[in-house]
Amino acid sequence: MKTFDYVRPATISEAIAAAAEPGAAYLAAGTNLLDLMKGGITRPSRLVDVTRLPGLDRIERLPDGGLRIGALVRNADLAHDPDFTRAYPAIAEALLSGASAQLRNAATVGGNLLQRTRCGYFYDAASACNKRAPGTGCDARDGENRLHAVLGWSGACIATHPSDFCVPLAALDAVVEIEGRTGRREVAVEDLHRLPGDTPERESALEPGDLIVAVRLPAEARRLSAHARYLKVRERTSYAFAVVSAAAALRIEDGTIQEARLALGGVAAKPWRARPAEKILAGGNPDAAAFRRAAEAALADAKPSGDNRFKIALAQRILVRALTLAAAGTPQRIPALPASPFSSVSRSAP
Amino acid sequence: MAFPISLTVNGVRRDVELGDPRVTLLDLLRERLHLTGTKKGCDRGQCGACTVLVDGRRINSCLALAVSHDGADVLTIEGVARGDQLHPVQAAFIAHDGFQCGFCTPGQIMSAIGLMQEGQAGDDPERIREGMSGNLCRCGAYAGVTDAVLEVQKGLVAADRRRSA
Repeated sequence: MKTFDYVRPATISEAIAAAAEPGAAYLAAGTNLLDLMKGGITRPSRLVDVTRLPGLDRIERLPDGGLRIGALVRNADLAHDPDFTRAYPAIAEALLSGASAQLRNAATVGGNLLQRTRCGYFYDAASACNKRAPGTGCDARDGENRLHAVLGWSGACIATHPSDFCVPLAALDAVVEIEGRTGRREVAVEDLHRLPGDTPERESALEPGDLIVAVRLPAEARRLSAHARYLKVRERTSYAFAVVSAAAALRIEDGTIQEARLALGGVAAKPWRARPAEKILAGGNPDAAAFRRAAEAALADAKPSGDNRFKIALAQRILVRALTLAAAGTPQRIPALPASPFSSVSRSAP
Repeated sequence: MAFPISLTVNGVRRDVELGDPRVTLLDLLRERLHLTGTKKGCDRGQCGACTVLVDGRRINSCLALAVSHDGADVLTIEGVARGDQLHPVQAAFIAHDGFQCGFCTPGQIMSAIGLMQEGQAGDDPERIREGMSGNLCRCGAYAGVTDAVLEVQKGLVAADRRRSA
């Protein structure tokens, strides 16, 4: 690990000033950053420790019924907050399907949003990677790429964003509050991450010094809480990133879908909101035929970026299954295996 | 530049001067405080061998910078027994063969203690397995680990029921 200066600012404005310098990086829990630094993939010259900044570790109910989650709230604390879990069950299920209990105890809300891809070539300093070293090429294109992107990728980069948390956040119109050198601004989670294009090294809408201070969940999303699920296919039952995942939330009244929210994970460099599929579902019946039409629409623009054509069919099936589970109703308690397809199998077994 | 920090480790206050901010909590425990019960497996947050409790919560000490944990209360495997009296989780691991080579065991035991304090798993074996998925065992002693945690949890659940009855 390259050596670095360590600073622990007392206020947000001091933190922003310290982090706006070239080579500086924010440190929260460090569960992704330290891993990257140990591998020599990220080599900051200064770490700005934000873990002691005041006021960023609270979950607040807003006057309009929304919820404001401070950027330093730990993933586990959020996932077990009763009001949050009741109102936004698909987000809680996504959080609990991510990483391990140890990592969820440490990892923060803000850090989760900004975690880096798990593309093996990005993590291997000896490989060509346009994201890690712009202009060097992409060894994933002709490499082990069965888990790479099928939507929104470019010739420069086919990596995916690994976060589970972001997927239902994008579906439910969550907003990120950012403090920067020019003051405070807001960005929809859906617009926080960038598609690679020719500049895969630019991963988000953040500018140097920008600090995520909170994530805000709109009150309107509470209306979808009775039919909200997250479903995630992994290569092992637990403690693995998604091959493909889906968040599905429905507002069903008198047997008709009034409103549908859908997003996919593991398929692109950002959580993939499936608006065309949402439009197909709205106003119709929650039945298998409608779910299949929606799933086809969600993946209409998908293209394999390598040996991953199977992910297109898999994503469609996962969407149909997530919709089926959501239509059946949010379970009283998050299943023993959160977001796992094996959970629902064991539940319906004799 | 030096970074003086102060930690409470297994109930004892330890003042340490770090010469370098790169020191992880794991390396601090093992190399500076000579508490080598906490193991370095992958050193990348994938195996759980380095699990300790920080302020009562289980975390991977390999992915924690020591300097960032100034003031923390740390519990390691060396601090769970009372003299010669094993912690109930330690005794249950022995009773149920929750290990073979033993390298992952300190992390498994600290993780199990953390799991119980979190209070989410109860005596459901599926929730225990899911809650312990951050601790890998290359000997494959998972069945014994689950049985050990289940036994201690069942005792706690029964005690809870007696109290609330």
